[in-house]
Amino acid sequence: MAFEGLADRLQQTIKKMTGKGKVNEQDVKEMSREVRLALLEADVNFKVVKDFVKKIRERAVGTEVMESLTPGQQVIKIVKEELTLLMGGEQSKIAVANRPPTVIMMVGLQGAGKTTTSGKLANLLRKKHNRKPLLVAADVYRPAAIDQLKTVGKQLNIPVFDKGTEANPVDIANEAIEYAKQEHLDYVIVDTAGRLHIDEQLMGELTQIKADLNPDEIFLVVDAMTGQDAVNVAESFDQQLNVTGVILTKLDGDTRGGAALSIRAVTDKPIKFAGMGEKLDELEAFHPERMASRILGMGDVLTLIEKA
Amino acid sequence: SKTRSSFSAKLNDLVARYRKVDEDFFEDLEEVLISADVGVNTVMELVAELELEAKRQNIKDAIDLKELISEKLVEIYTDGDYTAEVPLNLNSAGLSVILFVGVNGVGKTTSIGKLAYQLKQEGKKVLLVAGDTFRAGAIEQLGVWGERIGVEVIKQSEGSDPAAVMYDGIQAARSRGADVLLCDTAGRLQNKVNLMNELSKVKRVIEREIPGAPHDVLLVLDATTGQNALVQAKTFSETTDVTGIVLTKLDGTAKGGIVLAIRKELNIPVKYVGLGEQMTDLEKFDPNAFVYGLFADMVTEQQMD
Ligand SMILES: Nc1nc2c(ncn2[C@@H]2O[C@H](COP(=O)(O)OP(=O)(O)OP(=O)(O)O)[C@@H](O)[C@H]2O)c(=O)[nH]1
Ligand SMILES: Nc1nc2c(ncn2[C@@H]2O[C@H](COP(=O)(O)OP(=O)(O)OP(=O)(O)O)[C@@H](O)[C@H]2O)c(=O)[nH]1
Ligand SMILES: [Mg+2]
Ligand SMILES: [Mg+2]
Repeated sequence: MAFEGLADRLQQTIKKMTGKGKVNEQDVKEMSREVRLALLEADVNFKVVKDFVKKIRERAVGTEVMESLTPGQQVIKIVKEELTLLMGGEQSKIAVANRPPTVIMMVGLQGAGKTTTSGKLANLLRKKHNRKPLLVAADVYRPAAIDQLKTVGKQLNIPVFDKGTEANPVDIANEAIEYAKQEHLDYVIVDTAGRLHIDEQLMGELTQIKADLNPDEIFLVVDAMTGQDAVNVAESFDQQLNVTGVILTKLDGDTRGGAALSIRAVTDKPIKFAGMGEKLDELEAFHPERMASRILGMGDVLTLIEKA
Repeated sequence: SKTRSSFSAKLNDLVARYRKVDEDFFEDLEEVLISADVGVNTVMELVAELELEAKRQNIKDAIDLKELISEKLVEIYTDGDYTAEVPLNLNSAGLSVILFVGVNGVGKTTSIGKLAYQLKQEGKKVLLVAGDTFRAGAIEQLGVWGERIGVEVIKQSEGSDPAAVMYDGIQAARSRGADVLLCDTAGRLQNKVNLMNELSKVKRVIEREIPGAPHDVLLVLDATTGQNALVQAKTFSETTDVTGIVLTKLDGTAKGGIVLAIRKELNIPVKYVGLGEQMTDLEKFDPNAFVYGLFADMVTEQQMD
């Protein structure tokens, strides 16, 4: 199956460019084509790719080729640097409210991994930060969503607040805060139902919860396998809710994960955590640099450059 | 509905927006198809073929390229038959078994609920089996669907062996004289070797109990997924001989164009599309409407210019 990374794609091109001195226009043109295809195959949005390639071209043409590199490698180096820059720095911190409880809202499309990640975050907060979290079952729509969260809570031995499926999610969220205060729980994680970014009514429900709770974090949960549509989803959720961060799930799969780049480019919000499995301890800090290499599939090229 | 208008009428619209067949035209076409998640290779090949053919036939006006575009696009999908729909392989003489497989969260359980509803409406006796014994709340979720539709769900407790649950399901379906048994399985990423082996085992149990079963193995794909869907289709096919695809979440803004590449490279047809979370939100796949939907944006964008 054709799923080459940039490394494979560039082998030929790089070999051809053996001259030294400055990177010339022709070199960059050939390389840009390959970079573009590699990014598209990795599911980076085509508009993001366009801007990115343009930037690379501008920066690369005329740069001095470092002593130890070929012009091809020099361009790769620039690509990697720009990509890492775009991915942002490492930021896995979770906000702390001045007055407890700290409120975290989980939002995203259907099946992205919100409920599982809510459990993972609660687990992390307790284990690593010694906090007392409360999970809130505000998904009254998906069949057995409450049972799912309750099962997760039971597995972790972390309390779950629910009011059944007849209650209104906005009321559930509000009452959960009161409950947390009463019980001296210092984090409240609100698991909301999956919804489409174009569903006005359900998006309105989130806006209402946000207005009432004034959350310290709103995490957009995104499936790492998402394709070109990632920009629409991220842009739309961010515009309507002003999210504070992104969590990328299912990175234990073999997707290149170009959605990460698309999301960064359109929202400029930090990607804070990566879901690395179905188990409740499989949540990791997100590493922007590793992600950059993964998207390009260019581990080999990087080793080449590092060795040079 | 919005996807129902005839393909050729829409294609008329499209080419009417462009007068000349030039670089811009092909660039737009390429972008539109890529943004619909049609595989990168498929798009590049397609556009190159069109360009070549346009040159060979000396086609200058977009209008005259219309036939060619529609031919090429739908051809990938249906080998020239514009209306081909691939139905379920139901066994008319006795019990039919349909196995649902796919990665996490794509919509397997929901699609089972929707299909069960349709089949029941057609007068068939349907049974569900809760083969996802792993994910929190999965058994309860299928249970809610069973109640909604009024069909029985065969289940064991969480954590039990999925192959054993399937065995139970088959025995129950036999003794109740069911027409169709719909089998849910846990979501699994295709690169998890152990989980994929578990799935083959589940399938082997079904094969052993009923010759010719499973009659369909439906791979559920989320339309929001990008190029990885092709890898999913390939790996799940190797493990379970996938006979069809259910493409879910087409009610969003994603186009699910990757199924074109899947059809082209692996020859697996889409049988159903999911258009929402309710039990009535499942439709038979219509290749014409789908292919048009891929570049609907190209038409509207041009209209706005
Ligand atoms: N492999 C893997 N699976 C994951 C990960 N995160 C979540 N999942 C699985 O993805 C599926 C969907 O997860 P949920 O937590 O139910 O997703 P959700 O966003 O709450 O779904 P809805 O509430 O229906 O919108 C489940 O099968 C989870 O086990 C991850 O990081 N890796
Ligand atoms: N908008 C929309 N949502 C859907 C569609 N099909 C399923 N969903 C939603 O997607 C989410 C996941 O669906 P499930 O049926 O639980 O998916 P699954 O593949 O069984 O998930 P796992 O068993 O965890 O792997 C739920 O919130 C469903 O309501 C669809 O066609 N459109
Ligand atoms: Mg959920
Ligand atoms: Mg399921």
